[in-house]
Amino acid sequence: MPQLNMAQALNLALREEMSRDERVVVLGEDVGRRGGVFLITEGLYELFGPERVIDTPLSEAGIIGVAAGMAMNGLRPVAEIQFADFIFGGFDQIVSNVAKIRYRTGGQFSVPLTIRAPVGGGVKGGMFHSQSPEAYFIHTPGLKVVTPSTPSDAKGLLISSIRDDDPVLFFEPKRIYRTFREEVPEGDYTVPLGVARVAREGSDVSLITYAATVHDCLRAAEKAEVEGISCEVVDLRTLLPFDKDAVERTVKKTGRPVIVHEAPKMCGFGAELAAFIAERLLFDLEAPVLRVTGYDTPFPFVHEHHYMPNESRILNAIRKAASF
Amino acid sequence: MLREQFSREKLLKMLRKMIEIRLFEERVERLYREGKIIGPTHLYFGQEAVAVGVIEALDKDDVVISTYRGHGHGVARGVPMKAILGEILGRAVGTCKGLGGSMHAPISVEHNIPLATAIVGSGLPIAVGVGLAFKYRERRNVATVFFGDGAVNTGAFHEALNLAAVWKLPVLFVCENNLYAMYTSLKNVLAAESIAARASSYGIPSYVAFGNDVLEVYETTSKALEKIRDQSGPAFIECRTYRQKGHGGYDFGTWYRAKEEIEEWMRRDPINMLTERMKAKGFITDEERKKIEEEVAAELDKVVEEVLSSPFYDYEKLPSLVYANPP
Repeated sequence: MPQLNMAQALNLALREEMSRDERVVVLGEDVGRRGGVFLITEGLYELFGPERVIDTPLSEAGIIGVAAGMAMNGLRPVAEIQFADFIFGGFDQIVSNVAKIRYRTGGQFSVPLTIRAPVGGGVKGGMFHSQSPEAYFIHTPGLKVVTPSTPSDAKGLLISSIRDDDPVLFFEPKRIYRTFREEVPEGDYTVPLGVARVAREGSDVSLITYAATVHDCLRAAEKAEVEGISCEVVDLRTLLPFDKDAVERTVKKTGRPVIVHEAPKMCGFGAELAAFIAERLLFDLEAPVLRVTGYDTPFPFVHEHHYMPNESRILNAIRKAASF
Repeated sequence: MLREQFSREKLLKMLRKMIEIRLFEERVERLYREGKIIGPTHLYFGQEAVAVGVIEALDKDDVVISTYRGHGHGVARGVPMKAILGEILGRAVGTCKGLGGSMHAPISVEHNIPLATAIVGSGLPIAVGVGLAFKYRERRNVATVFFGDGAVNTGAFHEALNLAAVWKLPVLFVCENNLYAMYTSLKNVLAAESIAARASSYGIPSYVAFGNDVLEVYETTSKALEKIRDQSGPAFIECRTYRQKGHGGYDFGTWYRAKEEIEEWMRRDPINMLTERMKAKGFITDEERKKIEEEVAAELDKVVEEVLSSPFYDYEKLPSLVYANPP
């Protein structure tokens, strides 16, 4: 198995799926000749040609609306939005058309569309190149929302998303595109949507997280270990629908959940997880549900290291949960 | 002038379709006044020639994308009136199982109508994608999208026109310009010379048709389709027409439109215009038109009765319709 980083794994997934299924067509700003600003689609244009790797103008409503029409007429498009921060120009298409077509046509039509977009901070991108807008979409029935934290999951989840018969928003944590490599299975490798992964076993505190903060949590867990606190790290991988059983298992095991994400706290996905835990698992709790998140401000520029849920903020929450 | 190429049979077919739409809408309006319709309903009175003229010129494998004022598009395309009315009344026999209502009524996989939308302008990019897929799959079909004058100031309109033009896609844009977006007159919101002129500025061949003249709409559509099927890219038709009623069932369309203007357009009623031409040609008599109306009315009596006594879709099953494999 090759050692690949996440960017390479995503590229491999697209190559393999486009080779396997000619209904798969990629479109987005500079995805063709350039291979995308993060080079996720690099080389696809040369392999599959301009009909299957389409350079679009800056036209987010156009890109997403057109991709939806393609999906409704026999294709399996993969649309790239250059940064998740730019997705709002196409928001109407996503929530009004893409998400609702299956339901509002009484099941006559579906939209097997994957929208890929890099998310999150940590790259000094400032306000409009760093946000984590997943909650807007998790709030929308009819969509699926997926976000990987490792190269092999990135490949397996992207292939599953393309093959899914419903629309998927696939958020790629850009700050870990190229930070590490791991063995990525070749060939027809899929990771099922809606199934979480235990990234680290532990018994005292549960860190429930997704995307890039999985790695911050893993580092914080190592430090906590030194202090004698055993942390479990659950990587949700799919946020809509999320793996309720996995959350239940870990909360029942430790009774002390700490939820970690980069997006702002107010109505962030952590709020839904906290409510789920309160509704279903109240009497399994040994401590209040804690959240370590971005702050309720626009994403800051020079202060992003304060804003992001870093190791020390996570460690503080771990200590608080463990000592309650 | 009645063009020679229109046979009596063809004209009778178009006249009947227009009468079906008109009488269908009369029933819908009545049901609305009786309080039997949940939510708003937008009637097609006065625009019948646009739906029939365009749709008659299309191939059955072409795709049609409709609007919230879409009952007429569905009837013109041959979607059973029972299914359309069922949708309007929210019944399980409706085109979308009654889950959408009036503004989704013409949607039908069998008739290649994947979308009718109340989000004004949002259907245009979808049509461009349908056109792109036709081109990719090497089909000779066309994606046709209807929209009103209200759509032409949305961003989606401009993004869609540009993409269709740049990529030379088989898309027919049909603007039903009925002069008002709800209560706002087009002349207050359009500085360009015309809607068609805007399309021309994107490099799209554009036509203006008198939208109350079904033959002119049909001929213009045929001309536009020829252009599209030559692989030269999209085409745009602005059909100038008028809604004889208000914006929705609750609006009578009077306070923001001059009486003289309404009367002038009523004199140019599309169904009467066609009837008069056919009479001049000896293709139809008043008795024959009356007979058509009676036949359609009888069919509608049956449809209304059947739909009103039919059940709603089971509320408990709604979550099962959101995803292919519900979580």
